[in-house]
Amino acid sequence: MPRTARDVVFVDGVRTPFGKAGPKGIYHETRADDLVVKCIRELVRRNPSLPVERIDEVAVAATTQIGDQGLTIGRTAALLSGLPKSVPGYAIDRMCAGAMTAVTTTAGGIAFGAYDVVVAGGVEHMGRHPMGEGVDPNPRFVSEKLVDESALFMGMTAENLHDRFPHITKERCDAFAVRSQEKAAKAYANGDIQPDLVPIAVRNTNPEVGETGWGLATVDEPLRPGTTMESLAGLKTPFRPHGNVTAGNAAGLNDGATASLLAAEDVARELGLPVKMRLVSYAFAGVEPEVMGIGPVPATEKALAKAGLTIDDIGAFEVNEAFAVQVLAFLDHYGIADDDERVNPYGGAIAFGHPLASSGVRLMTQLARRFEQRPDVRYGITTMCIGFGMGGTVIWENPHFEGGK
Amino acid sequence: MSTTELLQRAAGLFPGEVVTTAHVRHLDLPLRAGKLALITLDNGFDHTKPTTFGPGSLAKLSEALDQVEAEAAAGRVVAVAITGKPFIFAVGADLKGVELLTEHSDALAIGKGGHDVFKRIAALPVPSFAFYNGAAMGGGVEVGLHCTYRTVSAGVPAFSLPEVFLGLVPGWGGCTLLPNLIGPAKAVKVIIENSMAQNKQLKGKDVFELGIADAIFEPADFLEQSLLWAAKVLTGGVAVEREEFDRGKAWDDAVLWGRWVADAKVHGAAPAAYKALDIIQQVKDGDLQAGFDAEDAALADLIMSGELRAGLYAFNLVQRRAKRPFGAPDKSLARPVSKVGVVGAGLMASQLALLFARRLEVPVVLTDIDQQRIDKGVGYVHAEIDKLLDKGRIGKDKANKLKGLVSGHLDKAVAFGDADFVIEAVFEEMGVKQKVFAELEAVVSPTAVLATNTSSLSVTEMASELRHPERVVGFHFFNPVAILPLLEIVRAEQTDDASLATAFGVAKKLKKTAVLAKDAPAFVVNRILTRFMGEIQGIIDEGTPFETVEAAVKPLGLPMSPIALLELVGPAIALHVSETLHGAFPERFAVSANLGKVVEAGKRGFYTWQDGAQVLDPEVLALLTFGDSVLTEEQVRARALEAVAQEIGLMLEEGVVGEAQDIDLCMITGAGWPFHLGGITPYLDREGVSERVNGKKFLAPGLASVPA
Repeated sequence: MPRTARDVVFVDGVRTPFGKAGPKGIYHETRADDLVVKCIRELVRRNPSLPVERIDEVAVAATTQIGDQGLTIGRTAALLSGLPKSVPGYAIDRMCAGAMTAVTTTAGGIAFGAYDVVVAGGVEHMGRHPMGEGVDPNPRFVSEKLVDESALFMGMTAENLHDRFPHITKERCDAFAVRSQEKAAKAYANGDIQPDLVPIAVRNTNPEVGETGWGLATVDEPLRPGTTMESLAGLKTPFRPHGNVTAGNAAGLNDGATASLLAAEDVARELGLPVKMRLVSYAFAGVEPEVMGIGPVPATEKALAKAGLTIDDIGAFEVNEAFAVQVLAFLDHYGIADDDERVNPYGGAIAFGHPLASSGVRLMTQLARRFEQRPDVRYGITTMCIGFGMGGTVIWENPHFEGGK
Repeated sequence: MSTTELLQRAAGLFPGEVVTTAHVRHLDLPLRAGKLALITLDNGFDHTKPTTFGPGSLAKLSEALDQVEAEAAAGRVVAVAITGKPFIFAVGADLKGVELLTEHSDALAIGKGGHDVFKRIAALPVPSFAFYNGAAMGGGVEVGLHCTYRTVSAGVPAFSLPEVFLGLVPGWGGCTLLPNLIGPAKAVKVIIENSMAQNKQLKGKDVFELGIADAIFEPADFLEQSLLWAAKVLTGGVAVEREEFDRGKAWDDAVLWGRWVADAKVHGAAPAAYKALDIIQQVKDGDLQAGFDAEDAALADLIMSGELRAGLYAFNLVQRRAKRPFGAPDKSLARPVSKVGVVGAGLMASQLALLFARRLEVPVVLTDIDQQRIDKGVGYVHAEIDKLLDKGRIGKDKANKLKGLVSGHLDKAVAFGDADFVIEAVFEEMGVKQKVFAELEAVVSPTAVLATNTSSLSVTEMASELRHPERVVGFHFFNPVAILPLLEIVRAEQTDDASLATAFGVAKKLKKTAVLAKDAPAFVVNRILTRFMGEIQGIIDEGTPFETVEAAVKPLGLPMSPIALLELVGPAIALHVSETLHGAFPERFAVSANLGKVVEAGKRGFYTWQDGAQVLDPEVLALLTFGDSVLTEEQVRARALEAVAQEIGLMLEEGVVGEAQDIDLCMITGAGWPFHLGGITPYLDREGVSERVNGKKFLAPGLASVPA
């Protein structure tokens, strides 16, 4: 049977405000599945021309798939969202790139013709599910020295990256972090972030945390506007004595969820759905787990090659800021300046937070915002490093591109 | 006295109150609509202990209102909203506190205290919103009625003003505000009709459709959407329109209709509905304060009334005691029941088979003396299942499953060999029943429980010829079995704890209110009803006219007169039971010759229909003979009630049930005797009948009366 691959478009994406993990965080008394359910419902509400029975798949990622993130969360979230029972769903895990993988995998299905419209997203409630909860690494990793023990601790892999690239100093990382906070504050002031946030009702019964009763989360909790080099200089380096990685130049431990709507381009046109981005190519690549932060480099190489593009064709970058050092290693590789205006123009995970498996779609909603605002940009990428030594990159085309006029 | 003083005094009377805190939290509304002060009502427990309002809780809400009032006045908040903890908005006044009140002035304080606090919501200088997120009843509904706007979750499972059902009026604004919000007809439906229909609950959708809520949102993100809606209202994006209604004749008609409903239910015997209707009538002029004052007065009077205390007592019986049957053996002794047998395939047996299949969802096998009867019985059950399917009460898979569970077999050994519980519903004659049990014992397992649905025969005697009489229990249903909740479980002399526990376990799965009764003639309900009806029949036979008798019992507010009940039960059955009881207690239970003639003539009762009205049947009258002793209404009522009081006193002495509360629970759930009578013993106590007849009251003071 002859087949034609179909163009896949990013129709829309939303996310919850991200919270700080832990007993004082805004989502401490909120279930993880409720977070992603509210995103899916908002997506559906925002796109009333989409007949919900046309959704062919609900792919939801989570790194720790137990408790309220278990039970095949894509399916349970679909049911809890009130989607028709005929809409299937499944769960995805690729750690930090969970939501990104939910997007690429279902996009592959759309291109192949298996789906017309999908929901892809992710959730991570790191307060309810701390990193490493319930893991059981095979003892062979250690006995056969398959990986260094540090590979299991993301902060240590970031320190390892500093060892590999000694020219990336703590000062450069701190400066990058300060800029991330500044850009995020500016983006909020300009209203570039809020339109894609889903306000979440949050309950607090602990008077030590603040006002009790029901409240409403409308803003990312991790934001630290006004961060300065001085305020970052004195922070502890928890992963290595006298090291470089601090809570200030890395993303924190966070709670949050995202969801996006993807469709075959012809179906999006048929249903009158918006087209915010067009998928060009994607790739995942493996690297040494001890320096997982370098993952975006080979992933991007691969994705560019598949698209027949070079890095010079890329006019917008959304690089996940798990660690400043990992972003800088990527930029150095391509000879891009630390403060290049094409990179993370609205700030990144250092400011907003990084609830692991949800972050991929946050990068996409921000790239979509950039595309909308910059019709002179044709191609953009979303890229992120992934635990256990991987990177993922998705290249997108701007449908608003005005041909370089 | 100030509100605070009032509430402090009331709180002192009620030290055990579970206090609901009104948490105030500030949040930024969407659409840059400004700061909202959101009050969350939360008693600190999960949804299994719903949030209530006692005096301490009202004081907390008052404190929260102090705060938001000041913030609103200072322009720091643009609106105030109220919602509840997960699944619960608030379920109204704390009834345990109401039970403790002994002074009229304290009762007045409760009403006034609630009004004073709730009124402050309407008086806020900014708009107020109620977000009914979960169950809301009574004062919970009312606190929201004082707000400017309301939203409701489509997931709200229960929303009601149950006050009239209990013997109160919605007295924290309900009687006044609801008719002024949704019009008198709908208000009467909620306050009177639903309340008097066994406290019928509204769902979220009904709340919206009635116009009580201005908007409805799905539960998944109810609060978020409510806040967004509030922001739209505040910024002018949404305009709320309310229905206009006729404040003239239509208002009067709605109240008249309410009186008709109340009369049909309680025949003027319980004051609450009438007081509520008076207030609804009064607030036709829109004077809210006058309405609130009338509510306070009505509430105080009713709180101090025996009817309310009896209502609360009855409510506690059906809500609490019914769940933990008095005297039932430890439930851990119960054996599992994975298959049920029904002996007989007649109408009663078929109805039982349907009930067992639906509730237990285990195989149910019917037997009878020939295949034709069996086919008819199974066919009846299958047809009833199809009816449930047609009505949408069950799905197709469930219908297939239930039909598959119900079968029939001619051979009892095949049918019952592996059954754990076999109930007989054959002809009401000792010899027949004994024969059935003997046959059963030959084929069932040694531990199978054998149950009888007899209404009047001795269970002990029925079991007496068995090798294992310890496995026999009485399992006495009330017609219609699918509807009446009562199940009298009879312990025969030799019944063992395991069999009895199994019977109670089955009853629980059948969702019946099980009451343990001793193996005494006619058990509980039939004995009291028969004594009551026998006394009435005797009075008629001796010469008092029917009309006088009917009028005499009307003030009791029974669901139907004894004469109408006779028709419903059927004169033949009534006669049979009276003969049984006459055999046991000839000095108190007479067999009416007149009733015998009615049965002999094949008549269904004393009345017939003529030109749409019920009249005494002249053909029946021609058969009867009467004496010449004519009593007054008072004399009739006194004699009938004294007979009932005497019989209950004797039953308690004999140990037919453990406590008087069980008598009342039986009369409410098996005979439909009303809440405001508290079944019957609170009424007998209140009217002095108990002391006149037995020298003492049935119940301790305060249990179903105003504490001394």
